[in-house]
Amino acid sequence: MKQDNILTVEHLEMQFGGIKALNDVNFEIKRGSISALIGPNGAGKTTVFNCLTGFYKATGGAITLFANGKQTRVGKVLGEPFQSSDYVNPAAFASRLRYKMFGGSHLVNRSGLARTFQNIRLFKEMSVVENLLVAQHMQVNRNLLAGIFNTPGYRKAESRALERAFYWLEVMDLVDHANKLAGSMSYGQQRRLEIARSMCTNPELICLDEPAAGLNPAETHALSSMIRVLQKEHNATVLLIEHDMGMVMDISEHIVVLDHGEVIARGGPDDIKSNPKVIAAYLGAEDDEEVTL
Amino acid sequence: MSSSINIKKSVIDTLLAGLLSLIVFGPVIGILLDGYDFTTRPSLLLTMVAIVMVGRFAISLFVQSEKGQMMLYKHQNNDDGVIVLPPGHKSKMVYIVPIAIIIGLVAPFVATKYILTVLILGLIYVLLGLGLNIVVGLAGLLDLGFVGFYAIGAYGLSLGYQYLGFGFWSMLPLAAIMAAVAGAILGFPVLRMHGDYLAIVTLGFGEIIRLILTNWTSFTGGPNGVYAPLPTLFGLEFERRAKQGGTPFHEFFNLPYDSGLKYVFIYLSLFMVVCAVLYIKHRLVKMPIGRAWEALREDEIACRSLGLNHVLIKLSAFMMGASTGGLAGVFFATYQGFVNPTSFTFFESALILAIVVLGGLGSTVGVVIAAFVLTVTPEMLREVADFRVLIFGLLMVVMMIWRPRGLVRITRTGFAVRKGVA
Amino acid sequence: MDIVLQQLVNGLTLGSVYGLIAVGYTMVYGIIGMINFAHGDVYMVSAYITAIVLALLSFFGIHSFPVVILFTLLLTIIITGVYGWTIERVAYRPLRNSTRLAPLISAIGMSLILQNYVQIAQGARSQGVPTLLDGTLRMHIGDGYVQLTYMKVFILVAAFSGMGILTYIIQKTTLGRMCRATQQDRKMASILGINTDRIISYVFVIGAAMAALAGVLITLDYGSFDFFVGFVIGVKAFTAAVLGGIGSLPGAMLGGVILGLAESLFSGLVNTDYKDVFAFGLLVTILIFRPSGLLGKPAVEKV
Repeated sequence: MKQDNILTVEHLEMQFGGIKALNDVNFEIKRGSISALIGPNGAGKTTVFNCLTGFYKATGGAITLFANGKQTRVGKVLGEPFQSSDYVNPAAFASRLRYKMFGGSHLVNRSGLARTFQNIRLFKEMSVVENLLVAQHMQVNRNLLAGIFNTPGYRKAESRALERAFYWLEVMDLVDHANKLAGSMSYGQQRRLEIARSMCTNPELICLDEPAAGLNPAETHALSSMIRVLQKEHNATVLLIEHDMGMVMDISEHIVVLDHGEVIARGGPDDIKSNPKVIAAYLGAEDDEEVTL
Repeated sequence: MSSSINIKKSVIDTLLAGLLSLIVFGPVIGILLDGYDFTTRPSLLLTMVAIVMVGRFAISLFVQSEKGQMMLYKHQNNDDGVIVLPPGHKSKMVYIVPIAIIIGLVAPFVATKYILTVLILGLIYVLLGLGLNIVVGLAGLLDLGFVGFYAIGAYGLSLGYQYLGFGFWSMLPLAAIMAAVAGAILGFPVLRMHGDYLAIVTLGFGEIIRLILTNWTSFTGGPNGVYAPLPTLFGLEFERRAKQGGTPFHEFFNLPYDSGLKYVFIYLSLFMVVCAVLYIKHRLVKMPIGRAWEALREDEIACRSLGLNHVLIKLSAFMMGASTGGLAGVFFATYQGFVNPTSFTFFESALILAIVVLGGLGSTVGVVIAAFVLTVTPEMLREVADFRVLIFGLLMVVMMIWRPRGLVRITRTGFAVRKGVA
Repeated sequence: MDIVLQQLVNGLTLGSVYGLIAVGYTMVYGIIGMINFAHGDVYMVSAYITAIVLALLSFFGIHSFPVVILFTLLLTIIITGVYGWTIERVAYRPLRNSTRLAPLISAIGMSLILQNYVQIAQGARSQGVPTLLDGTLRMHIGDGYVQLTYMKVFILVAAFSGMGILTYIIQKTTLGRMCRATQQDRKMASILGINTDRIISYVFVIGAAMAALAGVLITLDYGSFDFFVGFVIGVKAFTAAVLGGIGSLPGAMLGGVILGLAESLFSGLVNTDYKDVFAFGLLVTILIFRPSGLLGKPAVEKV
């Protein structure tokens, strides 16, 4: 196993009814890197994200995550159909049944992969701090009795969660908005809160779906440096989908280009900039206009 | 925004509304069926049409006025007025709660027997409202079969006594557990799928429970119902003759028998349970599980992306609500002295939902007030009783349009800013 | 054997009526994604209107069966259609941009309003209509026989004609095309100049009209009804809609027929008291094992 990869995607396929949205997608993400997934609209980028994070069950291929000190196969934790061999192997049967009943995309997050959404999904009628506390659900004291009787242990755990929440508010420059309703903040602030919220789940790999969409150049610049902070100071590996080529070329070390559900190019920013296939995909094949990405 | 009022538009609106109401009310109100024959009621029909036209005209004028425009604007922008309280906010409840508890404890010794029974009924609906509010208000799951859990609690007491010899106090926790288990069995398969189906499946569940109670005559006594025992105080019973193998309370203390005494005792036990449930509810919303419920209501997909198991969290809300319904059922059975299936129709579920809607989805104080308003008013004003269901229905429609979050303003706790630690 | 056949025949008529009501659920769900809980009560109102129209016709001395049935169908369908329109306008349209729960609760409210309004206006006792069509078809099979009243034959013919007309409207007319467009993508349809609010209103009117057709047929067949009949038949029609795949029009009809057959067989061969329990149980089972129904497309979650 190549342990320096945090994520490997092999022969990923996704079919919706008769439409093949993804066809034989292969790529790896290096631990500690910032990578980008780019491609024209409708290329299948968000579908890849949804497969990675377990919101779609891929129809073929394997996605493997090497995080939180273990290896997780995304297809397995989502619940797979029983195999005939399961009927003679009770342990395999039990595990399959367990994932069928209790499995789902939440297990992908628990194995160390967090994500944000293209159209922001905050808990709009809850306060900013509460949004961050919800994200720490798996780390706090969830004992019902401890909570009802407000035991010291419970209070300590809650206070710890609040500290962590305020830490991420500081990183994302949102402390002044701590007690606002999440839905009442500006667009850029909501984007940052969503990143802070994902980071509260202590992921090793964070997938950002168009984090700069709708931001102005100054905000985009600030966002780029925040993403670098995530990588440098928090040991997070970052994978992003982005249309802002300036930002992509600026921060990513590795780029995967997707078109019509297939990977058409992979490599560093400079390779991608000069790759004729990529240029054709962005501008249409017959167009031989000069392009600089 | 022009503030001039277009009278012509209002008149047209009014005439249209009048025409529609004539078609809608014409046959059903204007003509009263009498066997295969009928009688006409033109004056009643015209009154209804006139009411609709006047109402439509008034609304049309109001909407065009400046104040109406402002209300519309607010409504369109979903300004429900949820506010985050400043950190360290001192709630007025600190003073109200002790007073309410004292009044509640003194009440049974002052009130007449009739008022006491009405109060007991009110408190039972407070319990039901609180239970359903966890499911509907906090977790955002529409449960239309809540009466099923209520029935499980009530029949649990009766049948547990009849077949197993369990008394009130052993059945109280057992009924809560039974209701929660029933909630889990029903909820687990259903909660995995898209939310709206839950409403209709729970509706079916409530009906199934009622149909079984009615038809399984050999076990449940069918439509005739079964006897339910009264609670005992350390083995002392509150009936004229001891039925559960203890000593009657009045004989033990050498008092004359007073049939009101059992209501005082039921009331006090119920009051304690309601206070405990209120406290637990108050804690729950601040705990991780309560936050997770509300987060699920806001956005399920985001919750899953944060590692929350949406099925188990919904299930916990469903079970918590169900067990509260079970508790209420036990008290209802003991208060009535017997149970039969007619107490557990869909209207009962609708009443509980109306309490939650009027009190506010997620609000605790609102639900307590709404429970009393909706159960005590029809008891006191018998004339209203016939229109009860109509009023519940109107209430649900009007509240959803006008104030979907209920009458009481929803507030959220603020947190003092502190130093962050990774 | 003849019991089974008899139950199949009964089930087919019952199922065709379930299908008619299920259409209203499935079309509304398809277009605005809500369960219209008041739909069963719209059916109930149409039963009352049927009886009222019949009483009026007999008052005016009209007794010829074709004329009576024609007027009853026409008037009931029109008046019930107006009910459908009014309900949508009053209770659902103001909630178009509200929370997910609001239209559902409003629909429950509307259902309660309709029940209680009819109860207050017409009294709580059950009502009846005279028998219009007598006579029975009897087919001998082996030792036993299967019988089919003329009324049941009429129900089958009318129900399937109703479904045929509806399918024609949805598949071939401009209105139907606009309905389908709105169902696929409401925003896009409105950008292309379709008044989607009006289309949604039409869908409610069509649903109510189909429920009215069912109301006339069932009322004439059973002869008696009360203000509460909408509840159980509503849940069953919804079960039919889910069984066929909610959102799918042919699915609703197919689901109705299958549910009618299954229920008849169950009550004929197993137990009549628990036939409603059986239908509800079936609903839960379908939702667990095949939530997209027989003809529905599996829903892809929008992330």
